[in-house]
This record gives sequence, structure tokens and C-alpha cells, in this order.
Amino acid sequence: MADSNDARLEQFIGRLLQVGVIFASVVVLIGAICLLTGQSHEPASFQSFQAAPKDYRSLSGVIAAAARFDCRGVIQLGLLLLIATPIARVAFSLVAFALERDRIYVIVTAVVLGILLFSLLFEH
Amino acid sequence: MTLAQFAPIVFGISAVAGFLGALTGLGGGVVITPALTLLLGVDIRYAIGASLVSVIATSSGAAAAYVREGFSNIRIGMFLEIATTIGAIVGATLAAKTPTSALAIIFGFVLLHAAWESSKQPPRNSRSGPPDRLAATLKLDGSYPADGGIKQYSVTRVKAGFGLMFIAGAVSGLLGIGSGALKVIAMDRAMRIPFKVSTTTSNFMIGVTAAASAGIYLHRGWVEPTLAMPVMLGVLSGSMLGARQLIAARPKVLRRIFGVVVAIMAVEMILNGFRGKI
Repeated sequence: MADSNDARLEQFIGRLLQVGVIFASVVVLIGAICLLTGQSHEPASFQSFQAAPKDYRSLSGVIAAAARFDCRGVIQLGLLLLIATPIARVAFSLVAFALERDRIYVIVTAVVLGILLFSLLFEH
Repeated sequence: MTLAQFAPIVFGISAVAGFLGALTGLGGGVVITPALTLLLGVDIRYAIGASLVSVIATSSGAAAAYVREGFSNIRIGMFLEIATTIGAIVGATLAAKTPTSALAIIFGFVLLHAAWESSKQPPRNSRSGPPDRLAATLKLDGSYPADGGIKQYSVTRVKAGFGLMFIAGAVSGLLGIGSGALKVIAMDRAMRIPFKVSTTTSNFMIGVTAAASAGIYLHRGWVEPTLAMPVMLGVLSGSMLGARQLIAARPKVLRRIFGVVVAIMAVEMILNGFRGKI
């Protein structure tokens, strides 16, 4: 196991995370501008709790809402991209460990990835 | 309040929380929920959802800088993420069944603990414990750049660290915070990983841990886009500024003042929880 390989992998992953965050922030910002230019006089208060509307609570709902350029849907899509960033990090690590033929860490990483995908995709 | 008034206020509060969170090492997430609930009366479930999302942003945003320095240990992080992600799912599931007043009280105590931990000086000497066979099998031992070359370290008490990480993950999922303080305790005290490696690897793990409960929060409707938007953008810009400031100087006085503010917020959360106001 070469340490320099690990270092290069980590640097790549670090950059991946940064790009993911920037990309997600830009999408959230577009949604924010859309919301604040079009609907800025809507009342805003979050003192009493009602679960966010159904459209903003599932992967398919968010994508559909963003596709029809619903401002809150665009924001939610940005937040989903943000959530996907560390998941992508784990997926890339899995590939890297597989290329290094590191069986223990292929299994470890696959377990982590499985847990993340289960939590994101499974409707609780 | 209209959206045009609400969004800038939340952005401002979040930016300050992110700035001070980065400066003190507490993290923005642990401050933003009490700030939103105590100052604006936001329902704690919305606050937790928005805070969790911003935790992913700050963790991932800072990771690149840490990685470049070569301190974080990707194997330790990945192995312990099994414990933190399972813990996060358990915590996020429990959060739905916990009364909001109880969430506020637990939050207050976790906040007090985090403030206490961050006020202490980081340990200087690196000391290794007894050799651990599990650490050898998992190839957890590593090295990091120290003054005068590369320093080797070995990892010990892997099982205890794994168990503590499960708890850290559960707290993260329950309260929508990064629980960096608990992660560092598991790595630094139990597993005897050098402090710098512990803190940077912990930061690395926070995003993955938070992503595990974010899906559950999203499905449950705790992630409200109108609130999460200014929180996420605010915390991210504040913490980026704070991280830059941190490199320039170690602001001791500011740290101490902030520690007092955090302690007051923690007590307020606990009192409001007991009075049933949250």
C-alpha cells in the first residue's frame, strides 16, 4: 500500500468535495434569487411546524419541481446536490480502493455507501 | 414578517454563527439551531433540518484545505463512518419520536459540553497506547507531517472508539449537528490518534455522517427550502471567512466571549425546554 497513492486520492477527493459544495451553492443561490424577486412579499414564519410540502420531500418530487422552475424546488435541488457531495466522495473512495485491490476497504466503503443510499432513497 | 425581511435576517444570523463556529472550532451547526429558536422563535424541527444541511456544506467546503495539509486519515475515517452513519440513522429516527421540549433540553446539554471541550487547550504530547490487533488488520496506523519531518502514529482501542463514534453519529442525527467534539473525543482520547489527525479526520467524517440523516429529515419534511436557503448560504459564507481569520490570528478574547455566549444559549435552551416553550 503506497502512501503517495493515498495522498493523491485524498487530494482528489478534497477537490471533489469543494466543487460539489460550490455547484450546490450556486443552484441554491439561483433558487434564492428566483424566490426573492418573484415572491418576496409572501409571509415567512416558521414558528409553527407543518412538514414541508410533499413535492419537496422526495427525490422525484424535487426533480419534478425544479424542472418546472419552481423556486423552492430549485433550492431543494441544490440542497440535494449538497447531500450528494459526501456520498459521491464515498463512491469515489470505493473505486479507488478497488483499483488498489484493498479488499478490506472495498467492503468497509461499500457498507458505508449502502447505508447512505438506503437512507436517501428509502422512504421512511 | 415577509420573505424579503426574513431571509436577510436569517442569512445574517447564520453568517455570524458560521463565522464564530469556524473561529472557535465549535462548528456553525451547533450554534445556528439555538440562535434560530431563541432569537426568531423558529420551530426546532425546521431549525434542526436547516442546520444539518449547512453542516454538510461547511464540512465538505473545509475538507479540501485539510486534505492538502496531509493530516486526515482516510482509512480511519472510512472505517469509523460505518459507526457514525448507522448512529445517524438511529438518531434521526429517534428525533421524530422525541418531544420538541426534550430535544431542546438535550441540545442544551450537548451545547454546554461542546463549549467546555472547545475552551480546553489541545493536548501537546502524542502518546500511543497498547498495540491493537484490529488496528493492524484494518491498517489504521499512519503518519503525518510534523515539525522536523514525518511522524508515525499507531491507533489503539479501536472497539471503544467505534462505540463512541456510534454515539457521536446518533447525537448528530438527533440534533442536526456535526458533533465534532464527540468525534474528536473518540479519536483523541480513546484511540489515541494525534490531535491534528483527529480534528481533521473528524471534519472529513462530519459531512458523510450528516448525509446519512439528511435523507430521513428530507423525507419527513424537516428540510424547509425557504428557511434552509438563507441558513446554508449564511453559515457557509460565515465559516469560510472564519477559517481564513483563524489562519491569520488566534483570537483568544473572542473565543472566550463566544464561549460565554454559547453557555448562555445552552442554559436558555434547557430552561425553555423545561418550561415547555420549545
